[in-house]
Amino acid sequence: MNLSPDEIVYWQLGFFKLNATILFTWCLMLVFFIGAQLLRRLLANKSERTRWQNTLEIIVLTIEKQISSVGLSNPRQYIGFLGTLFLYVALANLFTIFPGYEPPTGSLSTTISLALCVFVTVPYYGIKQRGLKDYLASYTQPTFIMLPFNIIGEISRTFALAVRLFGNIMSGSMIIGIMLIIAPFVFPVVMTALGLLTGLVQAYIFFILASVYIAAATSVDNTQTHFPPSIEQP
Amino acid sequence: MDSLTLIAITSIITSGITIGFGAIGPAFAEGRAVANALMALAQQPDASSTITRTLFVGLAMIESTAIYCFVVTMILLFSNPFWNYFIAQSGN
Repeated sequence: MNLSPDEIVYWQLGFFKLNATILFTWCLMLVFFIGAQLLRRLLANKSERTRWQNTLEIIVLTIEKQISSVGLSNPRQYIGFLGTLFLYVALANLFTIFPGYEPPTGSLSTTISLALCVFVTVPYYGIKQRGLKDYLASYTQPTFIMLPFNIIGEISRTFALAVRLFGNIMSGSMIIGIMLIIAPFVFPVVMTALGLLTGLVQAYIFFILASVYIAAATSVDNTQTHFPPSIEQP
Repeated sequence: MDSLTLIAITSIITSGITIGFGAIGPAFAEGRAVANALMALAQQPDASSTITRTLFVGLAMIESTAIYCFVVTMILLFSNPFWNYFIAQSGN
């Protein structure tokens, strides 16, 4: 029984291994690339709107609405990174309906690299929005004693982000594998349907947590006031 | 008992305890979350979409604590590093 698709090796040349994770990630990249090219051609040639353009606009606008709902004021600035995260994780989890497909998000190396992207991007946007000094000063909020705890929290939440996605997807495929041994006829279908729901929810959670982290790093007013000053001073 | 048997016994018992105790906390937490969400739905049916979405996200985040325990259990059972180390030792 394989714990992750890293262990399925198709081809090996010395140090370089072509395992299932890399292969299916390349397949997903190919699907995204071809899909984007086809959609771009549809956008360029026709004057009237096609149904694919409407679908794409629905997806983009929904992602923008979700980003702005966590408190990021200019969602168009972040949609390149956060939207890619959501679409990649969602498609990687949804493709489990195809037989023989191993989700690359069920491997810890994929999820840790995704979480490391978030780990690097959060300070980038924070420094870009607030300046280096102001951003570094936010680690000493509310007092200077909190500095090590803030740093530990930054690292542990990255790790939790990776393990949460990995554990959910890995447990889904493992439960299906166990079900195929015990009751191979009806129950794997039910568990696959549940796995699709879990995969989409996990993609949404990964995306919304990354947005929340970026929003917390870029918010200029870091104090815990619950009311704007205009209400307190009539 | 040699070290392989000891490792097998400890791994199996520990994985059972891990998944058992790891399911208790999230079960209580999910019960509380669903109960409160049902109360909120009964009081404000208009906000059902927001409540349901937040409930699903919250449930998935609570469930991830159980998933952490599940990951530890699976690592102990199927790819135990100590077991693999001693298997390699005995192979040589």
